[in-house]
Amino acid sequence: MSDIIAAYNGSFEGFLSLIFDLYKRKVFPNKICGKGEPVDLFSKSMESYVSDENATRVLKGIIDKSNKRTAKFIYEIFLSEQDGIEMKLLHLIRYIFDGQGYRISDFSDPIIVDLHRVKKMVGREVHRMHAFVRFQETKDNMWACEINPDFNVMPLIGKHFKDRYPAMEWVIFDTVRQYGIHYAGSKIEYITFEGDIIEKRISDESTTDAEKSYQSMWKQYFKSVNIKERNNEKLHQQHVPKRYWKYLIEKQN
Amino acid sequence: MGLQTIEKLAILSDAAKYDVSCASSGSTRKNTKYGLGNSKNMGICHTYTPDGRCVSLLKILLTNFCIFDCAYCVSRKSNDVKRAAFTVDEVVELTINFYKRNYIEGLFLSSGIFKSPDYTMERLVRIAKKLRTEENFNGYIHLKAIPGASEEMLYEAGLYADRLSVNIEMPSEESLKLVAPEKSFKDALEPMAYLKDAIADSKIERRKSKKAPKISPGGQSTQLVIGASPENDKQILELSGDLYTTKKLKRVYYSGYVPISEDSRLPTVDKTPVIRENRLYQADWLMRFYGFSVDEIVNDEHPDLDLEMDPKSAYAMRNLHLFPIDVNTADYHQLLRIPGVGVKSAKKMISGRRFSKLREEHLKKIGVIWKRARFFINCAGLTNTLLAQPINLISNSLKPARLQKKNPNQLTLF
Repeated sequence: MSDIIAAYNGSFEGFLSLIFDLYKRKVFPNKICGKGEPVDLFSKSMESYVSDENATRVLKGIIDKSNKRTAKFIYEIFLSEQDGIEMKLLHLIRYIFDGQGYRISDFSDPIIVDLHRVKKMVGREVHRMHAFVRFQETKDNMWACEINPDFNVMPLIGKHFKDRYPAMEWVIFDTVRQYGIHYAGSKIEYITFEGDIIEKRISDESTTDAEKSYQSMWKQYFKSVNIKERNNEKLHQQHVPKRYWKYLIEKQN
Repeated sequence: MGLQTIEKLAILSDAAKYDVSCASSGSTRKNTKYGLGNSKNMGICHTYTPDGRCVSLLKILLTNFCIFDCAYCVSRKSNDVKRAAFTVDEVVELTINFYKRNYIEGLFLSSGIFKSPDYTMERLVRIAKKLRTEENFNGYIHLKAIPGASEEMLYEAGLYADRLSVNIEMPSEESLKLVAPEKSFKDALEPMAYLKDAIADSKIERRKSKKAPKISPGGQSTQLVIGASPENDKQILELSGDLYTTKKLKRVYYSGYVPISEDSRLPTVDKTPVIRENRLYQADWLMRFYGFSVDEIVNDEHPDLDLEMDPKSAYAMRNLHLFPIDVNTADYHQLLRIPGVGVKSAKKMISGRRFSKLREEHLKKIGVIWKRARFFINCAGLTNTLLAQPINLISNSLKPARLQKKNPNQLTLF
């Protein structure tokens, strides 16, 4: 029997629409391909199109048969963009829909354990971004920053900053996925740009004098609180991996 | 003539860094509509310094001028260091501006003692009050409670701070007298006792009325300097255990002594092994989260923690008769006693085993440190025979890799 490969557009709505189609056709694939992944010519493939209506029905079904927490669990894991994550999520979703009681806490099921592992990784990345965002004050009264998270965590971090900085206008831009979130007092909105608009915004010419002065004070602070006699570069890099240094003020010379 | 803020920052953060408390956790403070900041129960470390320590708060002294001459302290009167003092506004501005840039979770403010304890405490309180009432700041504030400050002042500090701490510094009265003749245990323990009651009262009041003020909602903590005086780990942990029970402290911090400069009153000590500090924290965790009592961790026969092995492994080696533990039937507290099993993996074991019998591969997936745990458990499909090995083989395997002997049984002839 040849493999059955299902393809979808890579979005969460697309994934849920695909689940809808699978149940409708009662065909379950061996592999699920997101956008841009090569499809093997010798296997049967099926393609699914995004339907908001179908996606909503599937999401509602998941919540009805389990609960909101489980739906959020699935969404967060999906955002990890890990290879093969869709098949693992399908495994969990089939458990939920097949009505044998959902098994999100079944740590004797290796796939469930693996999903928890990925969830933890996504959670860690969210936590990292809560920590590593460095806002810079621009001359037009905006607080801007760039980040490069390992996973697509932008949809998960906005609320934290909205709760914390409700009276500021701010923008956080993911330079890996080229989109960001913007807040100006009411709702968090997704934004996309062509080119390097945010990078220009936080360049030397565009930030305030106070900004420069607080950046040097922050660097001074970072230097002064270190206990040189106890330097431990390995531990330091474990906590602040090199790939994040690019946007950390205190790691710039 | 006056120093620039950045110069003061360099001096007064350098002087504050030996206070190891870094937590921004344990308090939840919601933001207001147009306010700035909030406190999350879990705390956030915004960065880590090259020595591997977390930077969560703007940790500074208001001033390093001090009328005391405590030998362990870099800011002692007789030490020849550059002195500086922030103004109230400078501290407020720094806090707000660092916070807006998401550098920090809040402020940790301590101070040298100038003029009198109350005078100093009043300045610290004024800063916290200004941040809360004028700047609408809802981030985290940790204030030092200055020993000797009046109860009214401590109460007011509690109104604005998330956490208060009084440092005991030396782990015994004798050592304290030796290095800080002006100080006594009583000076630190009295404000702690007062705050314990004030915090407890405020919790009761708030149950009656949500309008009652919160007093230091994140509780209080203290710090002990380790390695500058001769106390053994048993004395240190007994003191911590006592503070956790009688003063309801949230945390005791252990600060390995870094010889700051020569002072003849201090016994010459080698640089305190970082590993000792680490073992003390592990032992502290066992007391707070794993249900261990002090005498299970250290006792007269073993007054010091084993530097080569974590305290739970050391406990297990002294109590081999309690093992192996069957992970499919043992209760939560028994699971926590297994080396290599943490709070999270114990909880996962409890929920996982409702679905099927736990086997070796499940345990590994759950996050159990198999290297250590394998000696001490039974699970489905595995009968433990490792415990029958000679004891030195087991304990050798529990040590960190770099300390393990390759062939512990082989005799060295030459």
